Amino acid sequence: MTFADFIVTNAPALLVAIPLFAAFLCPVMGKISSTVRNCWVMGMMLITAAIAFILAYRVFATGPVLYVFGAAAANLAIPLDSGGIPIRIIFTVDAMSAFMEIICAIVGLTVLLYSLSSESRNSSLEGYYTLFFLMITGVLGMVSTGDLFNFFVFLEILSLASAGMIAYRIDGGIAVEAALKYFILSTLGAIFILFAIGIFYGEYNALNIAMIAQRMQYTMLDKIALVLIIAALAMKCGAVPLHFWTPDAYSMAPASVTAFLVVASQASLYGLFRVLFTMYNVTMNCVTVGWIIIILGVLSMVVGVTMAIPQKDIKRLMAYHAVSQTGYMLLGVGVGLAVLGNAALTSAFGSMAMEGGIFHIFNHAMYKGLLFLTAGVIVYRIGTRDLNKMGGLGHTMKYTMIFFIIGALAIAGIPPLNGFASKQMIYESVYLFNPLLAIIAMVVSILTLASFVKVFHSVFMGPQLPEYAGVKEAPLPMLIGMGILAAICILFGLFPQPVVDMLVAPAVHALADQSGYIASVLGGA
Amino acid sequence: MSRIVRTAADLLYPTILIFGLYIIAHGHLTPGGGFQGGAVIATGGALVIVAYSYKEVTGWLTKNVLMGQEVIGLVGFIGVGLLAFAFGQVFFFNYLNASGSLFGIPVPYGINAGELNTGGFVPLMNFAVGIEVWGGLTLVLIYMLSGLEKEVC
Amino acid sequence: MLWNLPLITVVVLTLIGLVTVLLKKNIIKILLGINILESAVNLFLVSLGYREGGVAPIFTLAPSELMVLPTPQALVLTSIVIGVATSALVLSFAMVLKKKYGTVDINEIRRLHG
Repeated sequence: MTFADFIVTNAPALLVAIPLFAAFLCPVMGKISSTVRNCWVMGMMLITAAIAFILAYRVFATGPVLYVFGAAAANLAIPLDSGGIPIRIIFTVDAMSAFMEIICAIVGLTVLLYSLSSESRNSSLEGYYTLFFLMITGVLGMVSTGDLFNFFVFLEILSLASAGMIAYRIDGGIAVEAALKYFILSTLGAIFILFAIGIFYGEYNALNIAMIAQRMQYTMLDKIALVLIIAALAMKCGAVPLHFWTPDAYSMAPASVTAFLVVASQASLYGLFRVLFTMYNVTMNCVTVGWIIIILGVLSMVVGVTMAIPQKDIKRLMAYHAVSQTGYMLLGVGVGLAVLGNAALTSAFGSMAMEGGIFHIFNHAMYKGLLFLTAGVIVYRIGTRDLNKMGGLGHTMKYTMIFFIIGALAIAGIPPLNGFASKQMIYESVYLFNPLLAIIAMVVSILTLASFVKVFHSVFMGPQLPEYAGVKEAPLPMLIGMGILAAICILFGLFPQPVVDMLVAPAVHALADQSGYIASVLGGA
Repeated sequence: MSRIVRTAADLLYPTILIFGLYIIAHGHLTPGGGFQGGAVIATGGALVIVAYSYKEVTGWLTKNVLMGQEVIGLVGFIGVGLLAFAFGQVFFFNYLNASGSLFGIPVPYGINAGELNTGGFVPLMNFAVGIEVWGGLTLVLIYMLSGLEKEVC
Repeated sequence: MLWNLPLITVVVLTLIGLVTVLLKKNIIKILLGINILESAVNLFLVSLGYREGGVAPIFTLAPSELMVLPTPQALVLTSIVIGVATSALVLSFAMVLKKKYGTVDINEIRRLHG
């Protein structure tokens, strides 16, 4: 077959194999010279992003793509002599998976471009790029897989690599303390997920998500497994009440890594939605579980923004805002889950709520990544993270100031940026569900704007301080990286309707449609 | 360490090495395989580091050698999987199974005495993982020891 | 009652592991609590595959054809390897923290708060 056919057919496997291959060869490239390593790293990331976009285009055009590892053909999910049971590891890439892969590819490419110049002052960079590619493998594997135990393995790859990267610049020990907190909580969560996987295997003798979804009866053991999985994955994505690793880890990691940790948290959020919508769907009590997710979301929103206001460390403040924005996603999708059993309410406001929540995942990765990268530029040029010591940087760092303004307006939900589009969808649909929740969401949005006005004033406004007189603008690769994210923020804000129609609505439809998922894996049986 | 301990380590290390390689090589017939065999050999490495002092061992077993061993193992594993693309099949398809070449005899079903030449590319992957784990665990040991002020003796 | 003994052991080990992780103050003891929890989960997974009267699922010189399920054994092998990597990473963190802070007591390692 031709080269294009080869890439298109094998894209799900290449999506995991190429970053792994790149990660394994990074130490060797680093020993040769640093230019060779930079070229290798950039080239491999471009290839990975290209394959992710090709795969996403194919999925949005023709429907879910299956890839069975080690079978005679790529879409032979059920071997002919097995009696109707899928026995191999299957990568099921449907529209929601493709949506998350696009996010990972864009943010990964931007972060790599940024870190080529922000890390150039440091030594021993082979470990940095190896761990970075392992993080990319982890995220891409988590969102593409259709097998529960494979999800657990990629989750562990992601959390080990993230813990290593958070502690990367030891910083007198503080970064290692943050990484230790993150890693112990993450390991506890993973052990609970493994318990739940054991319960599912013992009950249904299957590890494939479609197989468990087909055989699911909502017994008492399934309720226990649901509680374990919700607790573990809500901890991994930074929802209250288990959010206290988020400010430490996000503030101590290097800035480029923090922008990618946001994507990692959202991959765990994807895992939560996949389990709730595809495995359980209407067999569970949708209203109760939906209300639990809504309450987690409201708590995250309120606690995140109120803890963010008195912060003095710029990255810690942004990390609390990340917790708050995760609350918006949980609120939107929780409302969609609560009305899932009711077809009339779903078509009235349920699917709009879910579209708002899932569109917010994309927007949050974009503007939160942009904000963390601008914070990284400030720390790179000045050397301190304390807001009290900064001031008057707008005189010299003009581009950084513009990017910061775009990011701050986007997070506060001001038109015409992309935050407004997704927040508007969430407000409208949640108001029809329960007016009090929408009012709380709007108040949190106003407090977010207030907090970022404070940060903007104390960093960029004011007279130029004498100790910062020689501070230059950010280097060019960093500006290009931030520019890509800012351009997407503006573009998605000006034209949200085509984005929702082409990207978000198919993703929501694929997520909520359990029988379609089962049919695509098990072949309509 | 005293002469007795060093001599005992000299005699035991090849035995441990052979035992670990046996576990790796027979991974498709008996319990064992890549990780288990590699961990056994790395334990033998720990025995040598305890018997001879840490400084002596790192004199001739540098970190670069172990890192190279780790990379060879990892690239071997992924290379064996990617080689399936050269045969026109999907990733990780067992192209050596029942093919008549290396490890190519078809697996006899049912209770048998164990035929070593079967299994496709599973023994190759066992070797790759075994070499990688051996290098990786010994490297972890040496890095941790180099982080202390005093040496293990 | 005797057939439930592995599952009772799983519950006891989980409780011991959780109590250790939540109440102990030394990082090394917390790591050992995580290892006990890992052992509990691994025992749970392996005991799911048991079939009465079955032997080990290896065809080489097997006594009979009735065997226990091999799939959970593969899952447990992966989980053990992940446990080894976890332990190595937390021990490295403990070494760096001891050098920089002078203690491995988690009540003292608290420079980040607020």
